[in-house]
Amino acid sequence: MGHTLEVSGVSKVFQLEDGREPIVALERFDLAVDDGEFVCLLGPSGCGKSTLLNIVAGFIRPTEGRVTLDGVEVVRPGRDRGVVFQDHALFPWFRVGQNVEFGLKMAGLSRREREPIADRYLDLVGLRAFRAAYPKELSGGMKQRVAIARALAGDPKILLMDEPFGSLDAQTRRLMQDEVGKIWAATGKTVLFVTHAIEESLLLADRVVVMSPRPGRIKAVLAVPLARPRSDVAPDFVALKAEIQELLRGEER
Amino acid sequence: MTRPWRARTVRLTSVALFVLAWQIASAVNVRSQYLNPILFPSPLAIVHAAWDEAVQGILWRDVVASLARIFLGFAIGAVIAVPLGCATGYFRRLEDWVDPIVELFRPIPPLALLPLFIIWLGIGEVSKVLLIAFSTFFPIFLNTTEGVRSTDPLHLRAALSLGANRWQIFTNVVARSALPGIIVGLRLGFAIGFFVLVAAELIAADSGLGYRIQESRNFFLVDRMFVGAAVIGVLGFLFNLGLRRLEDLLLRWRSTIVQAQA
Repeated sequence: MGHTLEVSGVSKVFQLEDGREPIVALERFDLAVDDGEFVCLLGPSGCGKSTLLNIVAGFIRPTEGRVTLDGVEVVRPGRDRGVVFQDHALFPWFRVGQNVEFGLKMAGLSRREREPIADRYLDLVGLRAFRAAYPKELSGGMKQRVAIARALAGDPKILLMDEPFGSLDAQTRRLMQDEVGKIWAATGKTVLFVTHAIEESLLLADRVVVMSPRPGRIKAVLAVPLARPRSDVAPDFVALKAEIQELLRGEER
Repeated sequence: MTRPWRARTVRLTSVALFVLAWQIASAVNVRSQYLNPILFPSPLAIVHAAWDEAVQGILWRDVVASLARIFLGFAIGAVIAVPLGCATGYFRRLEDWVDPIVELFRPIPPLALLPLFIIWLGIGEVSKVLLIAFSTFFPIFLNTTEGVRSTDPLHLRAALSLGANRWQIFTNVVARSALPGIIVGLRLGFAIGFFVLVAAELIAADSGLGYRIQESRNFFLVDRMFVGAAVIGVLGFLFNLGLRRLEDLLLRWRSTIVQAQA
């Protein structure tokens, strides 16, 4: 099994206009994600986890280092990397079905080719009945499920998720975590998932990359050898959670 | 859009009461001779005058003449303003070239240029149509660029990562985000164009609703002056209504009651 995603020596420095100290968002960051692996980037705000995701997505360029996907360097956004944003970023002027079909349409597929694919992914997230609805008519959790279906419909090599449940209420968030676990099991996609919630990372990930801020770098990488579906009250889970809490607490001093 | 019928009833009653009060006031005036009754015609007299004009065929000729001017002028203005506004909002480098020119002309009330247009283009249709086009251009252009610039950067990122190229992003994301602004611009542009139309017809025309008001004044036909103003009001109202309907149709994704229409 080869590494799908390789991040090597990536640094990102943001120059500020008014002559203040430049901000080092990432410093010499290395990470390799295997095919089909679920990796969480975990850390407090300002640790550069979203910056890294944006670099992998191709939205911003690293100051140093490089990112490769299946050996090809990432220089711009592309359909081989599906992105799920914190605020769903659905196109409000398109219906649910049109949103999911968007990438396929851009690739030049005909309506007849697009529809069964979109239906398959709408089934996967349980929203086929809402094909003709506008995003505005959906709840927050439903919108995020449509966004996941949209990102998956183009069959990307990797799914990049940037705090996708950050703006959902606790209960919905819990349901969505289960949902993502199921989707990941069903599709076998490689996932890079950004979060600041320890439990979320432990519920979902094969590996948790714990990051520390200023400058953003890796503090520790923990394998999560727990069987799925996971319970957040299992002793192993609680022990891992305590371990990560300790790591992050050390950071605050 | 659909108000409860009670609110509608109140609105209709309000208008009816206003017309009734006017009718009574003019009847009182006929008795007291406070004003010369010719100067203060009753609503019924105005309807009567409108009927006369309609039967004689003057009314239709005026309406057609005015509508032809406003439609042509508005169309020319919109056809230039929308694409130019889109390009200016989309391409940052173009913005610095186009914006200062627009800002140079924008503060000038279009009517201040009417004499110039007449000297250059004559007193015929061309000067009036182009002045209307000129005046409708600004609100449409400015609202279009504003709409294009207000595109959510997150939507751009989403479209890029879904494999859209620049042109696809323009047609599927930027133009869609700009549409509400463009429609507002069209509405404002039409209102200003209408304003300029009537003013230009008052000053320099031999047909049209504005011209008819001016001509009626010369012959002291005050009821016909009211007819002209009322018809202008009705046309303006109808066009605004039409554009709002168009807006509802095109922007169904924005309204909260989309489901009810499905």
